[in-house]
Amino acid sequence: MQDVHLIKWTPQLSRVPYSVYADGDVHDKEEARIFQGETWNYLCLEAEIPDTGSYRTTFVGETPVVVVRDGDGEVYAFENRCAHRGALIALEKSGKADSFQCVYHAWSYNRQGDLTGVAFEQGVRGQGGMPPDFCKSEHGPRKLRVAVFSGLVFGSFGEDVPSIEEYLGDEICERIERVLHKQVKVIGRFTQALPNDWKLYAENVRDSYHASLLHLFFTTFELNRLSQKGGVIVDESGGNHVSFSMIDPAAKDESYKLQGIRADHDRYRLKDPSVLAGFDEWPDGITLQILSVFPGFVLQQIQNCLAVRQVLPKGKDRSELNWVYLGFEDDTPEQLRVRLKQSNLVGPAGFISMEDGAVGGFVQRGIAGARGLEAIVKMGGEVVESGEGRATETSVRGFWKAYRHHMGVQA
Amino acid sequence: MIDLLSIMAFHAAYADTIDSDRLESWPDFFTPDANYRITHVENEQEGLPAGIVWADSRDMLDDRVAALREANIYERQRYRHLLGVPLLESADENAAVARTPFMVARVMSRGDTQLFATGVFKDRFVRVDGKLLLADRVAVCDSTVTDTLMALPL
Repeated sequence: MQDVHLIKWTPQLSRVPYSVYADGDVHDKEEARIFQGETWNYLCLEAEIPDTGSYRTTFVGETPVVVVRDGDGEVYAFENRCAHRGALIALEKSGKADSFQCVYHAWSYNRQGDLTGVAFEQGVRGQGGMPPDFCKSEHGPRKLRVAVFSGLVFGSFGEDVPSIEEYLGDEICERIERVLHKQVKVIGRFTQALPNDWKLYAENVRDSYHASLLHLFFTTFELNRLSQKGGVIVDESGGNHVSFSMIDPAAKDESYKLQGIRADHDRYRLKDPSVLAGFDEWPDGITLQILSVFPGFVLQQIQNCLAVRQVLPKGKDRSELNWVYLGFEDDTPEQLRVRLKQSNLVGPAGFISMEDGAVGGFVQRGIAGARGLEAIVKMGGEVVESGEGRATETSVRGFWKAYRHHMGVQA
Repeated sequence: MIDLLSIMAFHAAYADTIDSDRLESWPDFFTPDANYRITHVENEQEGLPAGIVWADSRDMLDDRVAALREANIYERQRYRHLLGVPLLESADENAAVARTPFMVARVMSRGDTQLFATGVFKDRFVRVDGKLLLADRVAVCDSTVTDTLMALPL
């Protein structure tokens, strides 16, 4: 095992030591410095905990967490770990609760995570019990700071984490609000077990360079992308990004004409192109927007197909990707149908997304003997900045800028 | 009357088609306007309509096969379906509703085999020109987690 500080980091952000994806000690440090550090971690959607007592269990890194709405309407989050022996407090993925009780010795907690009851605290018939100086308020699971932004619930173990708005930056805030502009509705949840370190997926999401090279669905079926223009936004910290594209109205007619020229005997045409039939939903014409928030949150708009994704570490070279597919509360049945059809593009079997589930594993296996060697992420140079082209790894370097900052890496 | 045996024979042919890599014939088991969806028990219990795969036409299934053959990148793999005895909920001359448990092992080109999915097919069959076809199939997986990716259909 190699300490993250013993890994040889070059001053340039364009080099990534392979050890950082594979060493167990790195994993433990990330838990402390990133997930339990000064970061905001996505917990759930506000829409998933609508009522007093609604709760969900999730994770911050590998730490189990309960997120719950209390009677005051506020959202609270605390570590899902009984203060007594450390057992899970809540076992279900979601539910409704007046309070929580650990099954092991029946210690109970209110919805803000305060220890409220200790079974047999006074003993039984004068025997046993807690000593008189035992004070329940001194014991309890760790509580998280909670911030709700545009219906997204974030939590932080950090003491000094900036406000969520400051953490995201103005441009990322705007781009989140652009998509989540009204009441959302969950239309499905899926989890993908990824055979790789969580950072390989975090990079993949920020990597606008691979899209047209790895994912051949659009090009194979000659679904026009040439007329699209777009760009990449990276925030000040480097950790948050947006990659977007839109149909260029000037090129649109010409490319449609070209598509019309393609004969019907063309070998690869969709027999049922309704999978991509959409409706105009955003006046800005942006048809694709992938947004990430450090460390593990993704918001996706691919045409009318909306989802949030949460990537979580599961051991040192495994991770889990939680997909929540979204529509809006006021969707018509036709609009919902469009979203359901387009969801064939994403998820574990997605025409676009399926490769992303495998490619991280290809890297993880490929680097098995490559301690001391480095990956190179130099497309677009060394800089971390917003720009128009997408043949760049600027937001991947941004991820490493934020990562090095939180891990305290001195190059 | 559509009976148990004819449904079991249908399942056997369906599974063999996928497991022996004759994917191009897989859509032939469906009516032109068939619904096909892969989901899991939690979505089903909560009434959430999305699927890992979601199709409302046989053409969409053809397109999926074409994408798997020509566009999508995944490691070479195959499935081994084992189907249980169908539970017939209703059946008459021309239609039947059945639930059939399945187990699917995934065999990777590297040589390892793992239990990839278990669940139940919720099916509605119709008889068209004497032949059984699926009008609806929902593959409800028992696990909410899909390993790596799902390339081949269930």
